[in-house]
This record gives sequence, C-alpha cells and structure tokens, in this order.
Amino acid sequence: MRVTVRLFARLRDIVGATELARDLAPGATIGDVWRQLAGEFPELAGYERSISSAINADYARMDHAIGDGDEIAFLPPVSGG
Amino acid sequence: MIPPLAIGPEPIQLERVAAAVAAGAAAGADGAVVTFLGLVRNHNLGRSVRYLEYDAYQPLALKAFGRIAAEIAERWPGARLALHHRVGRLEVGEASIAIATRSPHRGDAYAACRYAIERIKQIAPIWKHEFFDGGEVWIEGATANPDDLHARAEAERIACA
Repeated sequence: MRVTVRLFARLRDIVGATELARDLAPGATIGDVWRQLAGEFPELAGYERSISSAINADYARMDHAIGDGDEIAFLPPVSGG
Repeated sequence: MIPPLAIGPEPIQLERVAAAVAAGAAAGADGAVVTFLGLVRNHNLGRSVRYLEYDAYQPLALKAFGRIAAEIAERWPGARLALHHRVGRLEVGEASIAIATRSPHRGDAYAACRYAIERIKQIAPIWKHEFFDGGEVWIEGATANPDDLHARAEAERIACA
C-alpha cells in the first residue's frame, strides 16, 4: 500500500522534500514509516524521541496502523506564536 | 463573516480578530475583551534577527486551535476565543499572531488569552525559521502532544499566575 509522507521545518530540509510517497506492507504503522525514512536519511535519527506524528491531519501515536492512501506527517518540536 | 480561527499568509489585523470573537456572543452579556498581538523581535538568544519564515501544517494547526478553544470553554465557562496566525516570511516588527478572548469578567478573559498563547506554543504544528546575521536556524520548542496533561496543567498555571 502507498502512503504520502509530509515533512515540516528541519525534517523537510534533511530529506530535501516537503512530500514523499512510500510503499509499506499491509499492517504497517506510522512507526514503520518513520523507521524506513530514518534508514534512508540517518540525520533523522536524532529526532526519534522528539517528533510528533499525525495521520490524515490528526495527531496519532507511532503505533497507529496506516492504510492505503493515508497522509502521514512527521512534526519536529513546534515553535509557533 | 470573519473566521474565529484562521491560519494563512495574510497580514494580521487585530481589529478583525476582535470582531470575530464578538460574533455570536449574547448582546450585553460580556464585560471584557482581551487581545494579544505577537510580534517578530529583532533579537533572539543573542542573535540579530533579520526576518522569520513560518512553516505550518495548516489543517492540523486549525484543529489544534479548535482544541484550544474547547479547552478554554471547558476551563472558563462563558469565555470565547478568536485567533489568527500568519505563515510565510515576516519582517521584524510584523505581527505573527493575534488572539482575542471575551468573557463576562476580565479575569477570565485575561487568563484565557494567556492560556491560548501558551497552548499554541505547546501543541500547534507551526515552526519559526529564523534568519539572523550570520546564519539561519529552525527554532524547536516543545514536542507537540495534545494529550499531555502535564503540559496543559502548566499552561493553566501560567495563565492563572
């Protein structure tokens, strides 16, 4: 199944794209998407403990199951205001 | 009609946010409106700031604003919130955020306004990219977790201090 991955702020700079498409096995979780990306982009590993994640524009935990066509987002620590 | 909660590249207009918080309120019931305007500062951590670029996950940011509005309604019954956040490039002195809160009594309006900005900094998926003399850096603050009750309690403590 195929998901869209959205990246923000420094994560976007590390990966060099705002959006990626990735193929995952059925039953995969948000955490599986993160580990796949961290394998491709080792600099992401430093964010393991500080990122938040979202699915289809709702906050969700890393153990949340994903489905075909979902939009997954990884969010570094925030600094709005 | 002016949306009470908004995020986008348009310049912030405080009077529009104040008007939005009034819309739908029972006439004559409220005795206070408190507003907050956040500005781009020309210095940060010893750096001379040239300008900021704000990035955001806009659909989720709007939902975070809605969650903050609901938290305020729960904590300060009768209080209402309007909030506009800007994204894109902002020059020093420009407004990045405007908040207006409204309630029957000033104490609740002040507390709710302070609570809103503290919660924005905790859970809104928005980022400052700081361009300063000699470089640039992404500012990274809190790990966003809307279900973190300790963070919520801390925002409430600051709001009521």
